[in-house]
Amino acid sequence: MYRYDEFDERFVRERVAQFRDQVGRRLNGSLTEDEFKPLRLKNGVYLQLHAYMLRIAVPYGTLSSKQMRQLALIGERYDRGYGHFTTRTNLQFNWPKLRDIPDILDLLADVEMHAIQTSGNCIRNVTADHFAGVAQDEIEDPRPTAELIRQWSSLHPEFDYLPRKFKIAVTGAEHDRAVIKAHDIGLRILRHPDTHEIGYEVIVGGGLGRTPMIGKVVREFLPKADLLAYLEAVMRVYNLEGRRDNKYKARVKILVHEIGTEEFSRRVEEEFARLDGPSVNADPAEVARIAAYFAPPAYETLPATSGAFEAAKAGNPDFARWVETNVTDHRQPGYAALTISLKPIGAPPGDATSDQMRLVADLADEFSLSEIRVTHAQNLVLPQVKQADLFAVWRRLGEADLATANVGLITDIIACPGLDYCALATARSIPIAQALAQRFADAGRQKEIGVLNIKISGCINACGHHHVGHIGILGLEKRGIESYQITLGGDATENAAIGEILGPGLAAEDVPDAIERIVSVYLAQRQQGESFIDNVRRIGLAPFKAAFQEASHAVA
Amino acid sequence: MAAAKRPALPVILLANDLLDGDVVFAAGDANGLNWSRDPGAALIGHDDATADQLDAFAAAELGNQQVVDAYLVDVAIEDGVPVPRHYRERMKTTGPSIRRDLGKQAELPLAQAFLRA
Repeated sequence: MYRYDEFDERFVRERVAQFRDQVGRRLNGSLTEDEFKPLRLKNGVYLQLHAYMLRIAVPYGTLSSKQMRQLALIGERYDRGYGHFTTRTNLQFNWPKLRDIPDILDLLADVEMHAIQTSGNCIRNVTADHFAGVAQDEIEDPRPTAELIRQWSSLHPEFDYLPRKFKIAVTGAEHDRAVIKAHDIGLRILRHPDTHEIGYEVIVGGGLGRTPMIGKVVREFLPKADLLAYLEAVMRVYNLEGRRDNKYKARVKILVHEIGTEEFSRRVEEEFARLDGPSVNADPAEVARIAAYFAPPAYETLPATSGAFEAAKAGNPDFARWVETNVTDHRQPGYAALTISLKPIGAPPGDATSDQMRLVADLADEFSLSEIRVTHAQNLVLPQVKQADLFAVWRRLGEADLATANVGLITDIIACPGLDYCALATARSIPIAQALAQRFADAGRQKEIGVLNIKISGCINACGHHHVGHIGILGLEKRGIESYQITLGGDATENAAIGEILGPGLAAEDVPDAIERIVSVYLAQRQQGESFIDNVRRIGLAPFKAAFQEASHAVA
Repeated sequence: MAAAKRPALPVILLANDLLDGDVVFAAGDANGLNWSRDPGAALIGHDDATADQLDAFAAAELGNQQVVDAYLVDVAIEDGVPVPRHYRERMKTTGPSIRRDLGKQAELPLAQAFLRA
C-alpha cells in the first residue's frame, strides 16, 4: 500500500498544527462559530446531536494493521470505545471533545492518516473497489489511480471551494463494487476495444440525495496518461457553471441534467483541449512510483485448492455457510479474500469496538500481509488470506462476534447513523436495520432469499444509499413522527438503477411486516435461480405494490 | 431579518457545550442563568418574559463562546420534568436510542423521564 513521502508527511503535520491553532483561537474567543465552522469542517469535525463527530479519511478504503490499531487506540482514549465505518469507507468517531481533536489528529498523522477533506465543498475521500488488486474480474488495480487522484485533489487550490461536495470513485473490474454510477465522477478502467490499450470510461453526474441520478458517460475512452487533465477540465466546467445560488441544485448532476450530457461533454472537451495537458498530467515516473506501492505481494506458490480448507468445510456446516457468503475467490491460486461482516444480527451496522478493531489488525498481521479494506457496505475485508488459514481466522472472528455469515444477504444492511447521532437526520435508521435483521435472522431463510440488499437512510441526503438498494428505506418526519418510505428496484452495481417508491410512508413498527410481504411476493413468484432484483425487473412493481398496500398503515 | 418564530410555551433552552459538544440546558431563575448538563435542572419558560430571558441568554452565551447551536424547545411538563415535545429533541436530551449506555440517559436519573413517549 502507498506510504507517505516527506511531502505528504509535512503537509499533514502542518495541517494539524494549523488546526490546533484554529481550535485555540476558537476557545479563547478570537473566532466566532460562524468563522470556525468552515475551518472545522475542512478537518472533518461536525457538531452532531449529542457531541462532536470526527470523520477520518480512509483513502480508497485501504488500511494497514498499524493504522487500524491506532484507530482502536483513539476510540478507547478519546471516544467511547468504538467507531463507525461509513458508506464512503471512512471511520467516524461519535463522541470526541473539541479540545482533544488536535491530539487525535496528531495520533492519526503518526500513522499516515488525517481527516482533511472528509467534509466541506471540496473533492472528498476517493473510494474504490474493496477487492482491488485481488479480484478475479479485475482489468487493472484501481488503487494507483485513486492514489493519484488523492494527491492531485488534496488541497487543490482551484477546487477547494466548489459549489458543493464532490465524490469520485474508481473501479478496475468488470463488476462494479464501488457504485461508480452514483458518484459525481465514476471512473471505470477498461481496455480499448480495438487497441486493447488500458484507459478510463468517465461517468459524470451520478449522485443520490434529494435528486437521485445515475451518472452519464461523458467519455467512452480516456487514455490513462490524460487522466488529471481531463479531471481538471471536468472540475473547471463544474466549478465555473455549477449552481452556487441554490445548494439543492449545486451538485454536478444538476448541471449535467440541465444542459444535457452532450453539451456538458462538449464543454469539458473544449476545456480539455485548451488545457496544457503535459503541465497538468502526472509525470509517468511519478505514476510508476505510485503504482509500485501497489504491486502484488510475494505470494507463496500454492495449489488452487487447499485440502485442509476443504476438510474444514466438510466437517463444519457453520464454517461452510460462512465461506459461501463471506469468502471471495482470489486471483492468486490458494488464496482468498474474506469479508468480515460488521452486521451481527441486531447490532448497529458498521460499528466496531476498539477490541474488535485490534483483533482485525492482529488477524491482518498474522494472515493477510497486514492489509485491511473497508467496504462501502460498511464491512471490512482481509484481502490476502491463504485458504488453509480461513478456518483459523473464522474461529478467531467468531470469538469477537465478527463471524456473521451474511455478506450480501438480507441482514447485511447499509444504514446511515440516522437520528440516533446525526444532526441532519429526520428519523432513525439504525433501529429499523436492527428490527429487520432480527426479523430475518434465521440463517436458512436468509440463504433461501439469497442476494438482497436493503439500504436505509435517515434523511433525504441518502448517506445510506437507499435509492440504490434493492429495497430502499428512507426515514422522514411526517406530522411530528418518524415515517419510512419504501423504494424497490434500486441497484448499486454496473446495472445501476434508482428504486421506485412503493407507496405512502409507514410507521417504524410496520416496516418489518411490509418488507416481509415484499419478500413473500418474490419467493412466491421467482423462477429457478432468480435473484430478488432480477425478479423485480421481470415482474415489475405492481405485485409488490399490491402486497405493500395490504400491509401498510400509512403515515402519509 | 425577521426574528425566528418562537416555539409554543412552555419552553426550555438547550445548546451544545463548545468544548465537548455535550448537550446543556439553561438553568437558574430570574436573577441569573447558567448552564447545566442535567435536563431536570432546566429553567422552564412558562411565560413570554422568561422565554425572552432565555432568548437573551442564548444570544449572550453564543457570543461568549460558551456554547453552540442554542435554541428554544417547546416542552410538556410530565411529573414536573420538562420533556421536549419533538422526538428529535427528546433524543438529544437522552442520548442515542440504540445505546442506552451512552449519553445522559446513562448518567442522569432525571434524563430517564425523557425516554417516555
